[in-house]
Amino acid sequence: MGLTHRSTGSRALGRHAPRRTDPGQKVIALAGNPNVGKSTVFNALTGMKQHTGNWPGKTVTSAEGVCTYGGRQYRLVDLPGTYSLMAHSAEEEVARNFLCFSAPDAVCVVCDATCLERNLNLVLQTLEITPRTVVCVNLMDEAHRLHIRIDLAALQRQLGVPVAGCSARRKGSAAKIAALWEQVMEPDTALTSTVVRYPDTVEAALRPLCAALRRLDCQGLSPRWLALRLLEQDGSLLEELDRYLGAGFRQDAGLFLAMQQAEKTLAEAGISPEVLKDLIVTALMQTAEAIAAAVVTDEGKHYSAADRRLDRILTSRRTGYPIMLALLAFIFWLTLSGANLPSQLLADGLFGLQDRLSTLLLHAGAPLWLHDALVLGIYRVAAWVVSVMLPPMAIFFPLFTLLEDIGYLPRVAYNLDKPLKRCGACGKQALTICMGFGCNAAGVVGCRIIDSPRERLLAILTNNFVPCNGRFPTLVNLILIFFVGTAGGAGRSVLSALMLTGIILLGILATFGMTKLLSRTLLRGVPSSFTLELPPFRRPQVGQVLLRSVCDRTLFVLGRAVTAAAPAGLLLWLMANLTVDGCSLLSLCAAFLDPFARLMGLDGVILIAFILGLPANEIVIPIILMAYLSQGTLQDPTSLTAMRELFLANGWSSVTALCTMLFSLMHWPCATTLITIKKETGSRKWTALAAVLPTLCGMAACMLVNAVGSLFL
Amino acid sequence: MNAMTNQLSLNDMIPGEAAFVSDLLTTGSMRRRLLDLGLIRDTRVECLGQSPGGDPKAYLIRGAVIAIRSEDSRDILIRRRRED
Repeated sequence: MGLTHRSTGSRALGRHAPRRTDPGQKVIALAGNPNVGKSTVFNALTGMKQHTGNWPGKTVTSAEGVCTYGGRQYRLVDLPGTYSLMAHSAEEEVARNFLCFSAPDAVCVVCDATCLERNLNLVLQTLEITPRTVVCVNLMDEAHRLHIRIDLAALQRQLGVPVAGCSARRKGSAAKIAALWEQVMEPDTALTSTVVRYPDTVEAALRPLCAALRRLDCQGLSPRWLALRLLEQDGSLLEELDRYLGAGFRQDAGLFLAMQQAEKTLAEAGISPEVLKDLIVTALMQTAEAIAAAVVTDEGKHYSAADRRLDRILTSRRTGYPIMLALLAFIFWLTLSGANLPSQLLADGLFGLQDRLSTLLLHAGAPLWLHDALVLGIYRVAAWVVSVMLPPMAIFFPLFTLLEDIGYLPRVAYNLDKPLKRCGACGKQALTICMGFGCNAAGVVGCRIIDSPRERLLAILTNNFVPCNGRFPTLVNLILIFFVGTAGGAGRSVLSALMLTGIILLGILATFGMTKLLSRTLLRGVPSSFTLELPPFRRPQVGQVLLRSVCDRTLFVLGRAVTAAAPAGLLLWLMANLTVDGCSLLSLCAAFLDPFARLMGLDGVILIAFILGLPANEIVIPIILMAYLSQGTLQDPTSLTAMRELFLANGWSSVTALCTMLFSLMHWPCATTLITIKKETGSRKWTALAAVLPTLCGMAACMLVNAVGSLFL
Repeated sequence: MNAMTNQLSLNDMIPGEAAFVSDLLTTGSMRRRLLDLGLIRDTRVECLGQSPGGDPKAYLIRGAVIAIRSEDSRDILIRRRRED
């Protein structure tokens, strides 16, 4: 749940590999298996704060950064993590296309020291594309902990390219990698990297083809690599090749003859393109195995006893689900009980400042309307948003990041795969649901980790059913005000945490139900195959987690809330103060929507607040408050008791509160999310559906609750 | 047990057991994915556990823990001993 400008803004949406911009700047591509700490290496080298997390598939798009070493600047491109460059998924295609067709000056393959063998597969594939490669064996500290020893010098001899070990999470450890790529970029360096030997028939088929390709201008592509790919006949790659080399390239007469000869050799040995692919992968893997056997000594304890024990507890039949629920409830409890006092202090401070701002403005001779618009419109809403939202987020986000850092999220996906499969979806959807807790737009972008287009669409369309943290304050405040009383006490915070957990569960249940409904109707199909990697548990970097979650997520969300709240505050102030026939615009609009809203247990003002809250869900409650305040008496809106009185005075009951919470949980996604859905699906139809579905659900739920509620009250 | 070949498959393993891959009946892109994860002939695989619903199961494959659903693991044939 990388929640930064990059991950939610327009830059996150580029589907294609980045292009080179400045020709003078050397470009280094960072490749590697998923979850080997590539982003950590990237951050260590560039000093950037690209979000990292302990789960595979976190980097779904390529990130770019600048790294300075020895007085020279390099452009570093962090490619999505892939097991292979044979491109069976969107990420693999991005990585392969960048390595092949964007001609980076050097490639740095990041490997996981704790399972080097499998990582070497990617190294060998990269070496076939370009020998200007360096290998960074990351997570050496973890390997040490598992008693795995790697002879880096021997690995360097075996591969024939520079190798360095590092523990990128430790400060300064990644810097030596930069020294390595200097070596491979020297134009006159003789590069003698290892060459994977394929079975004799395949080599015999390759020989004439390589010879023919060497006579042609391959535009920097390795003839041997090109020959292999031509024989494999992978449709999507052939298209890319035609685009890169020109459509005439493959029509060359010499190449055509060589192709015929090679295909004949293979056909005579009974090797179809499918079998050839198998042979190639097997040869790569066997080479990797042989190299690993020569350089790695371990005690067969890749998966430590402690991890085994922990996994048994976290994913067992008896304890798996209860622990998930308990963790969720515990996090909410900490958030709710911890946020109270700081919220109050912040509110006191900020509203104290409002009085001074008032005096200052009036003293400076500002006209009354300007003072009102600025102070009562913009400032008050912004202050409210800050004091109510900052403390819960500053607690919730670090806790969540901590879970992410430890490696718990893939276990959630593992636990929830069976129920999701029942709904016709992919287990990885659990990860995108978790991302949705942070920000639905980030969750929608994150759906790229799901390979099957049908299942990705399911995850995108239903992501909005989990409340993002812009909606948490609404839920939290209403729970505190209406359902657990405003008196203090430990029982109260436990009760409110349980209520919040219940609401969240309702959202998750709706996600499952809607996924199932969609996969039975519009998006019919059977669940596709998938594999999910469960990374080792890692000790969280508490300091980093705090810094990152506060800087990246908390301030980002808060910034978004304030920037959306300030103009909304102004708009609302205008609506409340511009009058038509003695009636304010606001009350006119509210009165217009009121009959319909009443059906759903809301009132016109609440519905307007949700509509005006389209840019950011964070401002729904502030808008309601402002609307009530602008029409009635001016009270201190900082304390919950005062808020309760205000709501009660405007005719709220606990049914109103419940309906507002339900509608907050299920209504149209915010504007950012909608734009993201449009970009990701490329379709107005699906975007509209993503808005209509939750809205209809919310309306139905509210009407039901209202009808039942009015029977009893 | 794989229904077509009547041979032991990855799905038959219980947590704690280890075995060697003998054949891969999977086709298409899943086959490529499994091969990329290192599931070639004679690869040692250990079953580590199962998720609360009983499926998927987690396997230790070349030092990494990978979860695979039963309908996919059924197509990965195994034998108890490595072939000499």
